[in-house]
Amino acid sequence: MSAPQSYWSNRSFPEAAKELLADSQIRRNVRHATDVIQAKRNRVVGELPDWEALREAGSAIRAHALEHLDEYLIEFERNCTRAGGTVHWARDAAEANRIILALIQSHQAKEVIKIKTMTSEEIGLNRHLEANGIRPHETDLAELIVQLGHDKPSHFVVPALHKNRQQVREIFQRELQLPELGDKPEDLCAAARAYLREKYLRIKVAVSGANFLVAENGAVCIVESEGNGRMCLTLPDVLISLVGIEKVIPRFRDLEVMLQTLPRSATGERMNPYNSIWTGVHEGDGPKEFHVILLDNGRSPILREAEARQTLKCIRCAACLNACPVYHQTGGHAYESVYPGPIGAILTPQLHSMEQGRTLPYASSLCGACYEVCPVKINIPEVLIHLRGKVVEQDQSTLGGKLGAWNIGMQAAGFAMGGAGRFTLAQHMGQLAQKMFVSKNGFIEHLPFMLSGWTQTRDLKALPQQTFRDWWAQRESAASGPGKAEKGNHDGE
Amino acid sequence: MASDARSAILGRIRGALRVPAERDDAHRRSTYEAIPRNYQQTATKPGEELLALFAHRLEEYDAGVQRVSSNDIPSAVAGLLGHRGRKRIGIPDDLPSVWLPTGFEFEKAAAFDAHQLDQLDGVLTGCTVAIAETGSIVLQNAAAQGPRKLSLVPDYHLCIVFASQIVETVPECFARLDATAHLPTTFVSGPSATADIEMTRIKGVHGPRFLDVLIVGD
Repeated sequence: MSAPQSYWSNRSFPEAAKELLADSQIRRNVRHATDVIQAKRNRVVGELPDWEALREAGSAIRAHALEHLDEYLIEFERNCTRAGGTVHWARDAAEANRIILALIQSHQAKEVIKIKTMTSEEIGLNRHLEANGIRPHETDLAELIVQLGHDKPSHFVVPALHKNRQQVREIFQRELQLPELGDKPEDLCAAARAYLREKYLRIKVAVSGANFLVAENGAVCIVESEGNGRMCLTLPDVLISLVGIEKVIPRFRDLEVMLQTLPRSATGERMNPYNSIWTGVHEGDGPKEFHVILLDNGRSPILREAEARQTLKCIRCAACLNACPVYHQTGGHAYESVYPGPIGAILTPQLHSMEQGRTLPYASSLCGACYEVCPVKINIPEVLIHLRGKVVEQDQSTLGGKLGAWNIGMQAAGFAMGGAGRFTLAQHMGQLAQKMFVSKNGFIEHLPFMLSGWTQTRDLKALPQQTFRDWWAQRESAASGPGKAEKGNHDGE
Repeated sequence: MASDARSAILGRIRGALRVPAERDDAHRRSTYEAIPRNYQQTATKPGEELLALFAHRLEEYDAGVQRVSSNDIPSAVAGLLGHRGRKRIGIPDDLPSVWLPTGFEFEKAAAFDAHQLDQLDGVLTGCTVAIAETGSIVLQNAAAQGPRKLSLVPDYHLCIVFASQIVETVPECFARLDATAHLPTTFVSGPSATADIEMTRIKGVHGPRFLDVLIVGD
């Protein structure tokens, strides 16, 4: 039984983005939603005088947990088990799918209710369950919209951010057989409430992710808004939580940092409506059976290099998506990944050993807005550059890559810039060669042949008639008159 | 098979981290202790300001808030239930009976199943601790609070919070929770809500759509 086929294509970011940029409806919806969240986030972050100290602490806690990940996972496993939970380990998507399916089948369940979980998207759990005759019901409103609309999530806090209320109404009218449904958000919520409540009361197995695992006492923490999470965590007999191995934090009190930075960054609230924290199984309160599946699926190799390791500090607040000027224009689908936006641009290729999402490290202007808003201080631009380096190394290791325009151009540039004489010569050749391409405004708008790719989306400032080096040489020779040659007479040094 | 996966994953992690064969526990503890925690961990506001902040934050979430003295709990409960038109109210088995007014049906509901809870008009509970800064109420499966589903399934939640239970900051809340951290715990900050459609906050999706809080001066 292999992992189910992903519904994400292998299109490059520029290809996918081009198509999405033509969809003015999606662009309007994404722009509106990200503007609203950003404004709320800035307001509630701005009112905390200790925000930077919280970021610093959050970053240090996550970094420390990753440096000792094996120890904290073992500690979590021991404490979760002691509290009545069962811990499973899954090396990859196929293994996780197999474990979850077997657990569901062992209870003869034909349906499960689900809390929004990125790890389940990552392993394609819904498709795997459906292929095996089990019907998963998404209960988060946005995930329900995505599921009923046969769509893909485009954001990991608000997966249906690309849909507006009229589009949601159409989906609900069609899929829930509610032809009279209005398009007020209240009406749409009421429809979802009625549709799902029956399922909460009836279905006996739930699947979730988790925001944090606490090593010290085996606690699991889930942060949510609607109460669908609480329904799934408390009413069914069996709860299965699929959690990435990086989610562990050392101690219970570390939540005092995370539960301040996460809600403010994710939804711009001082606190989201509900946080649930529980350990194992509790007699008379919640499921009788609790399983945690610790999912690796490409995470452990990311620990190897310090620059890349910080990627795993992520707490999935999506603040970097909302702040990113590229995401703002394209929306999430252009990334062709479960994890879109700046964090997706660094996480996706690494989860796939740089074999997928290779154009994503370039889907950024390196403006640094993502780093500025990150509540655990992941230096995303630094990782993007690190990964660009990997892509280039990979390319150079193939003949096609070696002979590609990009590599030849960069090699040539590297050669020219590698020595003063060569650089000066290149400048003078450029001054001669550019003559036929410079427009009246002093910019080069179109370069020929192999170089046309560069000017396709940007204008190039023409080389000046006198370069800095020319000017400097002239200045030095003019200054080498009497007296100037003596030391101490140089000013400005 | 399962243990294969465990040792494989732990092996990969140790390989990637280049972990030495002998790990030094003391080192781990000392680097943990060295994590900078220069954020606010104690209260700065005097009591009255704290209560006002808590009430204000709750109102911003669209919860109802009333402040009463402890003698007036039953009459305030009666007033709120009457105002909301709620008759049949679930309570935890150990809810103090002195809080209850006459004229309503209070039912011990800790053992109710979800269907029975769904038939109730509302639920009345106490809490473990509350946070003024974020307008949060923390419920545990402890005194006067009952199991988690009790405050979840009914459409209306009335919560009684004593002034002595209110702290200013999130870190103070965690300090208080430390001793009972193993209990099922729920942070409630306003009625259930979503902003999934056009980022408009809509009150009341799956959890209680209405939340009232009685703040009791000690």
